[in-house]
Amino acid sequence: MEEMKDVIKDYVIKEYVEDDTEVTYDTPLISGGIVDSFSMVSLKRFLENKYQISIPDDKATPEVFDSVNKIVALVKEYIK
Amino acid sequence: MSNIGSYDDRVKNFDWAISEKELDYKPGNVINIGWYCSDRICQMGKANKPGLIWEGSSGLEKTYTYNDIRLISNTIGHFLRGLGLKPEDRVCLFMDKIPELYIGFLGILKIGAIAQPLFSAFGDESLFVRLENAQTKAIITQKKHVPKVRKILGKMPFLEHIIIVDYEPGKPLLDREIAFNMDTAEKLEKFEIYPTTAESPSVLHYTSGTTGQPKGVKHVHYSLISQYLTSKWVLDLKEDDIYWCTADPGWVTGTSYGIIGAFSNGVTQCVLDAGFSADNWYRFIEKHKITIWYSAPTAIRSLMKAGEEIVKKYNLSSLRHLASVGEPLNSEAVIWSDRVFGIAFQDNYWQTETGSIMISNYPGMKIKPGSMGKPFPGITATIIDPEKYEPYKETGKIGLIAIKPGWPAMMRTYWNNEATYQKKFQNGWYLPGDRSSIDNEGYFWFVGRDDDVINTGGHLVSPFEVESALLEHPAVAESAVVAKPDFVNMEVVKAFVTLKPGFTPSKDLDLDIMNFVRKKLSPLAMPQEIEFVDMLPKTRSGKIMRRILHAKEWGEEIGDTSTLEND
Repeated sequence: MEEMKDVIKDYVIKEYVEDDTEVTYDTPLISGGIVDSFSMVSLKRFLENKYQISIPDDKATPEVFDSVNKIVALVKEYIK
Repeated sequence: MSNIGSYDDRVKNFDWAISEKELDYKPGNVINIGWYCSDRICQMGKANKPGLIWEGSSGLEKTYTYNDIRLISNTIGHFLRGLGLKPEDRVCLFMDKIPELYIGFLGILKIGAIAQPLFSAFGDESLFVRLENAQTKAIITQKKHVPKVRKILGKMPFLEHIIIVDYEPGKPLLDREIAFNMDTAEKLEKFEIYPTTAESPSVLHYTSGTTGQPKGVKHVHYSLISQYLTSKWVLDLKEDDIYWCTADPGWVTGTSYGIIGAFSNGVTQCVLDAGFSADNWYRFIEKHKITIWYSAPTAIRSLMKAGEEIVKKYNLSSLRHLASVGEPLNSEAVIWSDRVFGIAFQDNYWQTETGSIMISNYPGMKIKPGSMGKPFPGITATIIDPEKYEPYKETGKIGLIAIKPGWPAMMRTYWNNEATYQKKFQNGWYLPGDRSSIDNEGYFWFVGRDDDVINTGGHLVSPFEVESALLEHPAVAESAVVAKPDFVNMEVVKAFVTLKPGFTPSKDLDLDIMNFVRKKLSPLAMPQEIEFVDMLPKTRSGKIMRRILHAKEWGEEIGDTSTLEND
């Protein structure tokens, strides 16, 4: 689980953060404006590819994507 | 009693002089939007009234009275003038929805320069295309966005100043960069505002078309006349209202109604600089007791998707009038808001080129869910035959929306593209590029765009721009981009792609291409779906037949395929 947290955090920083804004496991990503609702689609695609899961579109809400910790919880729901 | 009162009476007795008189403007006089949005409001005795209440994503809150706005916009104007910026120079605002954006906009106008707001999520290529076209002299931005500017700086010898509003002392300032802190800079009481007149250029907004690069829509200071009055009559802004326009000033709604309309009417407006969250939005409305809420169909549908249980957690009883713009507001959303908020969202229709609301619903007028309403008083709008450019005599026929030119906020040209501007006019009518019908009560019913432009989340995206960006990806041989239906955003970008030899379709490549376009252009332009195909449908002359791909996505009849190469 530690590894998943770090993988996701590193990906968010690499893809969505352009300066040295600090991102922690609890930093609000969507409500904090780091990842907007359109970019959320690419983040969802990354998670699906990386963890071989399929997240239903109606479950991919801004709330469940709003922090690294929340994303980890979401991914765990769909990992077999 | 609403500001507009009887719509029919207003239509009968209308003259734009009504607005001029309320603003104490006489034709031929000086008119400067920056002054009207700050100094004039102070002179009316509202200096201590909060003009802008801002809240950031971290919960930080700042309040600026109209006197603060007056003084700080003077300070910004003075600073810009000190850098050598002159009337009609283009000054870009490339920031999140922070106070510096709202007040900086006024400061730019006060020196007679042209404000060029750009959506802060634009990638470096989108940014470059717009700055290059405008030959922008200065850009006001934040440290988080500076890397994008630095990346393209070598291609922009015309850009003289990069003004960073949240510069961290100790960090290096690179080529052409300069720091400016709005909150600590000395507030300037006396400032000589440049005497702009009605036709002096004020704002340059970029909008996307089907082909070619985005076009710079040039507005003038006289646009205030219709922006002020439509804010008053459509949004019903009154003295004690607390107003929230959710639009980003990188887009025209955020300037016409998020800055000019709001401040010139002297209301208190609240701005939330945070990503979308239904909980956070309702909390914001409850906290600030928002009375007038101007939002967009995409946001409303996102709220619908979040459900009604969340609404019950908050006291939204302050709300008294809701309006929507950006794309047609579907009837389900109107009915839903009426049920859930006790007030229906009222749709209105206009675009970057029109500068102010053209067709709308009005307080007190019967709403027909799904209709964008009737022309604003003083606006002559009709439906014309797309081949003869003559108005239809019968109601119910689908044709092109056409508007008689000459309202105050009408664009004056496309920047350095007068030929394309002239093509917007046919047979004495301005053509927005949308199709609609009018019913027998005079209500307009939107049908669709007349071109291939994608309207996603209320913002126009050019298929040409996206296809051009896709072709820059090392794996992509050819691409075709169309709109795909989406419940929340109405349309999203879908790309059909053929690959170069040596590349094979895969999920990783799919994601790589998505991110490539997102960073180059913007999250809006990012294809939300990529379909790898062996070949694209083309005519015998080699032209990609996007309409076939579009028809398949929308479940429509494909139509004539006689010119299809590989039929």
